[in-house]
Amino acid sequence: MALRTLASKKTLSFALGGAARSLAASARWVTTVTLPDLSYDFGALEPAISGEIMRLHHQKHHATYVANYNKALEQLDAAVAKGDASAVVQLQGAIKFNGGGHVNHSIFWKNLKPISEGGGEPPHGKLGWAIDEDFGSFEALVKKINAEGAALQGSGWVWLALDKEAKRLSVETTANQDPLVTKGASLVPLLGIDVWEHAYYLQYKNVRPDYLNNIWKVMNWKYAGEVYENVLA
Amino acid sequence: MRIRIARHTEMAASPLHLRLLPSPPAGVNLQRRQLRSGIERKGGLSRKFPKVVCYYSLTTPPYKLDALEPYMSRRTVELHWAKHHQGYVDGLNKQLATSPLYGYTLEELIKEAYNNGNPLPEYNNAAQVWNHHFFWESMQPEGGGLPEGGVLQQIEKDFGSFTNFREEFIRSALQLLGSGWVWLVLKRNERKLSVVHTRNAISPLAFGDIPIINLDLWEHAYYLDYKDDRRTYVTNFMDHLISWHTVTLRMMRAESFVNLGEPNIPVA
Repeated sequence: MALRTLASKKTLSFALGGAARSLAASARWVTTVTLPDLSYDFGALEPAISGEIMRLHHQKHHATYVANYNKALEQLDAAVAKGDASAVVQLQGAIKFNGGGHVNHSIFWKNLKPISEGGGEPPHGKLGWAIDEDFGSFEALVKKINAEGAALQGSGWVWLALDKEAKRLSVETTANQDPLVTKGASLVPLLGIDVWEHAYYLQYKNVRPDYLNNIWKVMNWKYAGEVYENVLA
Repeated sequence: MRIRIARHTEMAASPLHLRLLPSPPAGVNLQRRQLRSGIERKGGLSRKFPKVVCYYSLTTPPYKLDALEPYMSRRTVELHWAKHHQGYVDGLNKQLATSPLYGYTLEELIKEAYNNGNPLPEYNNAAQVWNHHFFWESMQPEGGGLPEGGVLQQIEKDFGSFTNFREEFIRSALQLLGSGWVWLVLKRNERKLSVVHTRNAISPLAFGDIPIINLDLWEHAYYLDYKDDRRTYVTNFMDHLISWHTVTLRMMRAESFVNLGEPNIPVA
């Protein structure tokens, strides 16, 4: 799912081959990304995550990543058209940060679900078995993610990853808005938890471990299980 | 740490901060590590003086906790100081109880633990203790405005104008992606002032630069007051909170290490 999203968001100029490039140069346009809607209300995850946090997180933070990523894509397109290699390279930081912010948050919203709709129900099926096999138990996995998320210095993400080649689960962390794929091309995100302070500060202040403990109450394991089965199908 | 400003105690362990601490319980595994200097040191405390040990303590901001309102709320300062800053102090002291780095001054500890860019476990806490102490003293109520005399001249010399400096400081703060700090530093070799930003806990001390001002860009520093609006936070710091008085004192001290030539920073 996430990989498909990534693929569809690639700019046209990247996807086009040599023959088509002159066409792109004469009539350039860039496939921009848009802020995805949430499938639940901002307040629907309370008390685990407050409505105010969700509103700011979606409407301000994610919206800014989308806007800045689109801006960078347009600049990239212009730089590519001009053959300005140093400008292309210079834009990589903004693309990684803002594009990563968009990718990560798009996954994050799907990882969450109101309790009334099944949020927090532990994983069943194949993913449930795989967790037992790779981590010992579901509780051991939660403990490991909480520990690694709490220990992460500064801003970043903690992930439950599936290595689609080794067919193994692992817990990974990434700094800032680096998406999981920066940790390995075969890694697919099943769950990502945002441990930037903006994700919890208004409600949990400096106590990141409490945020991590509570987020499991609204975790959408059904989504993670679907991604897992689709990737391995 | 040698910076001493009226009303403040030094941060490095000093006799004021002696605390009685029990010896490590039996079974605690003291760490043994090769340090940058090549000396191998074993963690834990000297057996000769098993009872009295020095740790770092939390220093107090030089103003009341609500004194920076409305630009920085009392709630923000309270949490930032009593929770975040205190947390780094506690974390560092806990590590030092079994660490071979026990006994350094804070600045030396930061340089040693930075370990040429491969930070040791103590680095984050040590640098954040120092960074926050430095940050509190970088601000004052009714701060902002223009620096005076020699400081202003030095800024004009190195940035072209005060406006250029102000804009570069704000731009650098906004360019930092994620958590970290923006600094005005005096570069030893170039003998000029410069604006830099650093990630997470990284301190320019480790590169040999002399910090003059720092501003915390972790979200915890501004989120309650400004939410995602880092620009307004940084602008308000520059226009209303920065302590040019502190800058003058720090520049005077820095001039003992770096010959700036003309203009001279006047002695208060």
